[in-house]
Amino acid sequence: MKQEIIIAGFGGQGVLSMGKILAYSGLMEDKEVCWFPSYGPEQRGGTANVTVILSDEKISSPVLNEYDIAIILNQPSLDKFEKAVKKGGILIFDDYGIIHAPTRKDIRIFKIDAMNTAVSEGYEKAFNMIVLGGMLKLSPIVSLESVMRGLKKSLPERHHKLLPINEKAILKGMEIIQET
Amino acid sequence: MVEEVKLMKGNEAIAHAAIRYGADGYFGYPITPQSEIMETLMEEAPWETTGMVVLQAESEVAAINMVYGGAACGKRVMTSSSSPGISLKQEGISYMAGAELPALIVNVMRGGPGLGTIQPSQADYFQTVKGGGHGDYRLITLAPASVQEMADHVALGFDLAFKYNNPAMILADGVIGQMMEKVILPDFRPRKTEAEIRAEQPWATLGKPKGRKPNIITSLELDSHIMERNNLRFQEKYRKIEANEVLYEELLCADADYLIVAFGSAARICQKTVELARAEGIKVGLFRPITLWPFPSVALKKYAEKIKGILTVELNAGQMVEDIKLSVECKVPVHFFGRLGGIVPTPDEALKALKAML
Repeated sequence: MKQEIIIAGFGGQGVLSMGKILAYSGLMEDKEVCWFPSYGPEQRGGTANVTVILSDEKISSPVLNEYDIAIILNQPSLDKFEKAVKKGGILIFDDYGIIHAPTRKDIRIFKIDAMNTAVSEGYEKAFNMIVLGGMLKLSPIVSLESVMRGLKKSLPERHHKLLPINEKAILKGMEIIQET
Repeated sequence: MVEEVKLMKGNEAIAHAAIRYGADGYFGYPITPQSEIMETLMEEAPWETTGMVVLQAESEVAAINMVYGGAACGKRVMTSSSSPGISLKQEGISYMAGAELPALIVNVMRGGPGLGTIQPSQADYFQTVKGGGHGDYRLITLAPASVQEMADHVALGFDLAFKYNNPAMILADGVIGQMMEKVILPDFRPRKTEAEIRAEQPWATLGKPKGRKPNIITSLELDSHIMERNNLRFQEKYRKIEANEVLYEELLCADADYLIVAFGSAARICQKTVELARAEGIKVGLFRPITLWPFPSVALKKYAEKIKGILTVELNAGQMVEDIKLSVECKVPVHFFGRLGGIVPTPDEALKALKAML
């Protein structure tokens, strides 16, 4: 079993850290993992993306041209990565900031209203965990328990008090994701 | 004891491996995409545990000369930078080669020339293996293709440098430096004591005991006859390294009709190309040089009569391709595919290039 995932959005949306948590979760389950970020000036406001590969076997290339799952959080990322989803693959997007919705018919497309939910629920900073929750609902590559352990491992100890909010956000994401 | 598997970036792995190797000092100056090496060292604060010095110098030139000074004292010292910074260090590297000083230099390459881009590249191949500084010298060059190898090549690089009294370089790039993978770090080793250094590096300038001639570390020799002798000694050493220290990896090469030759991140990308091609019934293997100098010419030459063609894939305009052609003595067609300026080729692009040569 291998899952090749791209997560893309604006810098500051928590794209890279969402990927990191996913990678740590894979580590918790003894999977092979690879996390390869865009590391340019994107991190500070432009578009940022990260490739995460979780696999039961050794991982070859960290650089991919097609993905099983694309998580898209802004229009430039949709323009770039909609065409890179494998046939039959999954595209998840938050239409906050998306002007032209995805149109492909040969993939499964899901919408998650994460940005608005994060604001209304009062945990804006856990926005990315809502999105992660949505993805885990569709593709339970790793268990929620592993995600929580991965989160604990990737967060500095001083932030551990935020773990319950993050768990709440993940569960919320599982609840609100819907197929378009 | 079961080793703890950690998840970290290639750059971070280098820092941890250096502390665990018992390195005495790191001198550097920040530059993307390798700044995590010094950042991690600063966070780990090894001066409080192993006694390793970590110092941000005022420039790359200062850092490499601090390495020269540390190495002259027989210490395990290192520096790291990315392409433009490595260019600045070339004078120091040439001097160390001339003075026969061991040290470890890490280059996490980015696109050039000039200040270029911060994105991954392999365009410093020529600079590294053909001699980036002046003079007839060679740099032992290791090309890691995983985070695990980033960690492992620290010990390997230091060991080779001290075995031959010659600088060694880890030649990585932004992909390998920035990606996170699982890694098992080496065990902690104690730093060498002064007594051990005096015994193992009798040439080290650690202060002159009574009755011994002064040790002099220099690359300067105004008498050309002596300078030629020095050069011949270096050459003899380089031939020994070429005979004994070649490393490479072969993946599905045994039954291959075609070979892809690639190093570092390009080799990782082409592993997937091989998977894709094999799924389509194309018998292709991957030959990955791990030491770029010494280059695995002999091993590669063995394939020259057996295969129909070679594709070399590099993140540059075609540099290693010259060494491949020399290795196979043009007995088999050698094609090239590469992307430039920080663009990383995808596995399917390499597959397309492979199919074009079938």
